[in-house]
Amino acid sequence: MFPFNFEWVWDMSHMVFMGGLWYALGILGAGMTFCVIKAILDTASGKGGHHH
Amino acid sequence: MDSALIPKGVKRCPIWQFALGLGIAGAVLLWGVYAMFLCWFKGLNQTNMNDYYGFALWIWADLAVIALGGGAFFTGLLKYVFGKDELKNIINYAVLIGFICYSSALLILAIDVGQPLRSWFIFWHANVHSMLTEVAFCLSCYFCVLTIEYIPLILENRQLDKVPFVHNLSHSMHEYMAVFAATGAFLSFFHQGSLGGVAGVLFGRPFAYREHLFIWPWTFFLFTWSAAAYGPCFTLLVTRITEKIARKQLVKDATIQLLAKIAGWMMFTYIIAKIIDTIYWATTTAPSLGFSLKEFYSNNPVYGFSILFIEIVVCGVLPAVMLVIPKVRSNRLLLTLATVLAVIGVSLNRWVMVLQVMAVPVMSFDTWVMYYPSWQEVATTILPVAYGVILIMISYRYLPIFPQEAELNPLEPETPVAAEMDSQEATEADADPELTPAEA
Amino acid sequence: MKHTGNIGKPKRYGMVIDLDKCTGCGTCMVACMAENNVPFKKDESNKLDSITWLRVYRLTNGKPYPDNEVCYLPRPCQHCAGKHEGHSPCVSVCPATATDYDQETGIVSQIYTRCFGCRYCMAACPYHARYFNWWDPVWPKGMEKALNPNVSARMRGIVEKCSFCFHRYQKAMEKAHMEGRRELEEDEYQTACTQACPAGAITFGDLNNPEHKVHQIAQPDPAKGGRPRNPKVFRLLEELETNPKVYYLSSREWVQEACHKPHLLDQKTAHH
Repeated sequence: MFPFNFEWVWDMSHMVFMGGLWYALGILGAGMTFCVIKAILDTASGKGGHHH
Repeated sequence: MDSALIPKGVKRCPIWQFALGLGIAGAVLLWGVYAMFLCWFKGLNQTNMNDYYGFALWIWADLAVIALGGGAFFTGLLKYVFGKDELKNIINYAVLIGFICYSSALLILAIDVGQPLRSWFIFWHANVHSMLTEVAFCLSCYFCVLTIEYIPLILENRQLDKVPFVHNLSHSMHEYMAVFAATGAFLSFFHQGSLGGVAGVLFGRPFAYREHLFIWPWTFFLFTWSAAAYGPCFTLLVTRITEKIARKQLVKDATIQLLAKIAGWMMFTYIIAKIIDTIYWATTTAPSLGFSLKEFYSNNPVYGFSILFIEIVVCGVLPAVMLVIPKVRSNRLLLTLATVLAVIGVSLNRWVMVLQVMAVPVMSFDTWVMYYPSWQEVATTILPVAYGVILIMISYRYLPIFPQEAELNPLEPETPVAAEMDSQEATEADADPELTPAEA
Repeated sequence: MKHTGNIGKPKRYGMVIDLDKCTGCGTCMVACMAENNVPFKKDESNKLDSITWLRVYRLTNGKPYPDNEVCYLPRPCQHCAGKHEGHSPCVSVCPATATDYDQETGIVSQIYTRCFGCRYCMAACPYHARYFNWWDPVWPKGMEKALNPNVSARMRGIVEKCSFCFHRYQKAMEKAHMEGRRELEEDEYQTACTQACPAGAITFGDLNNPEHKVHQIAQPDPAKGGRPRNPKVFRLLEELETNPKVYYLSSREWVQEACHKPHLLDQKTAHH
């Protein structure tokens, strides 16, 4: 899973597979972080709560 | 009692009915949990699996629920990526069903492995050439996606929504849902496919083995395709069952018809591909490995040619044709029948690709071995069903799952806020409290 | 570096089992279980969940007396090499890299502490050579003192299988290194079953080494994935291209037929 695991090999299959994985995880992580930060900023600026 | 939590503009059954329903499902759940702990503490000798059936009921259940849960990714793909906006009226439920299916699959896997405490080895010591590694990675990633898709729904609960931060969070998550949905579709494409690949790469098992396109056996594409086709059928079927129990329409016909039409064409094209695959496998692949089709389907009590016929024709071609014809699918009864057949069809396909693979003897002097699950296996397989029922009951009661519900079921003018009406009126509305009353 | 034999080249340890010599006595099975600390149950009658790294199958020609003939076929792990060296059915599918193909010896190993019991390898193996520990091993009182200290005992929930007594290879190599050698003599590394067989039906050695008996009997054809050139020798499920390293020898035609799919016999003879 990580380059420091001994079964890791710097070959095409590892890079494609793990690349895809970390890419997907990166999008999810960044997306959620972005949503949370935006929510915090919105809340700080007094948005939300009543209108729907 | 809990009226403050119930969404505005809709009506729910009295709390005692709800609690009764929870109690019944909870009892079944506890039975499953007991069996689960038996398996964890005493080991897999609690099952009827053996050295011929390393994969059995659980792996089938996994493959089946993941195929049926495919409705979430495909509906999401259609709505967020292909812009079928009409599907916004069913996407919440598709996500919830998908969430239940995938969490169930993960739970079953956690019971199924011989050393559950070492499960993390599959990530840590990953063999990237194994289809199962792919499945494990994509499955857990996609489960994260489903959780992300389910969270805003929870946050929309009437009381939670009053908290400004929560309101803003669900709002911002909604805004970027397309990104999550697209990632989910990407992950689903691969893990659904890899689940097909699990059987397709077994070159030691001629019944399962298929020719490859690059590194992917044909079953890779067939599984992804079938999940996209049959998953929405399951969403439609569960929606129908929920409507029956709730005794009211929850999703407008236009949405149902659109999803049924798309699922129908997906099934239609899938079943053609499946037939081609079967013919090629029967006439070319299997003979090249030294097997004739007859050997796979004779000299045993269960796996005759009938199973192939039921899977491909009765539960494959038939429901596909039914859903493709507008006149048939617009008939509620026939639509439900088609979705039932489709769900059976895809489950049967997964059964065959797991259990029959194990059953067929490969060495010339080997014999067919039959298998029936132990009660512990059955209980742990029913466990997720009970869990699903409970989660649906709670979600339906407290979360705005169906955006069209209030419009389709306008409340009496004298009770402007349905949730606040007293339980007596609710009971009158639901004439038949015996049918899992809590969901009504 | 052309010395005698196979010095420096990778080994391909394998077996030839002479089915005409095998009497079905089961000594190989007993030797294997004792050598490898294979656990057993109180009641071993259900063969579907008992562990037999080496299992002896009974084949008959199906004819009535007096033409009835029986043949016993011992089946260890076939240590498949696959289409390209190392692509064994089981090794390629293991998600946690818990089973490995050793390029030095051609032996398929199982890493017990790595296996988490998903059983995908069992689903992949057409020879049913892989066994799951459905129970924790329970040794009769006092027997734990007689266990082989060179082989780790396994716990419940993981898969195990024949290792061609790999610990014997390791021990022999250690000894050779101590004596300043890098190569083993043929008799320095032999599996427990080979040595135990009273009929001498099992021959074990390096298939790549023309001086070893296994090579001379099987005459593997490297150009054809190790197919035997000896017409009396065959492998199980040759058509699947699992490329096993266990060869069977029999002069009896019905035995050869019993080990093949009937409609493939013509195909098989065509290859030779």
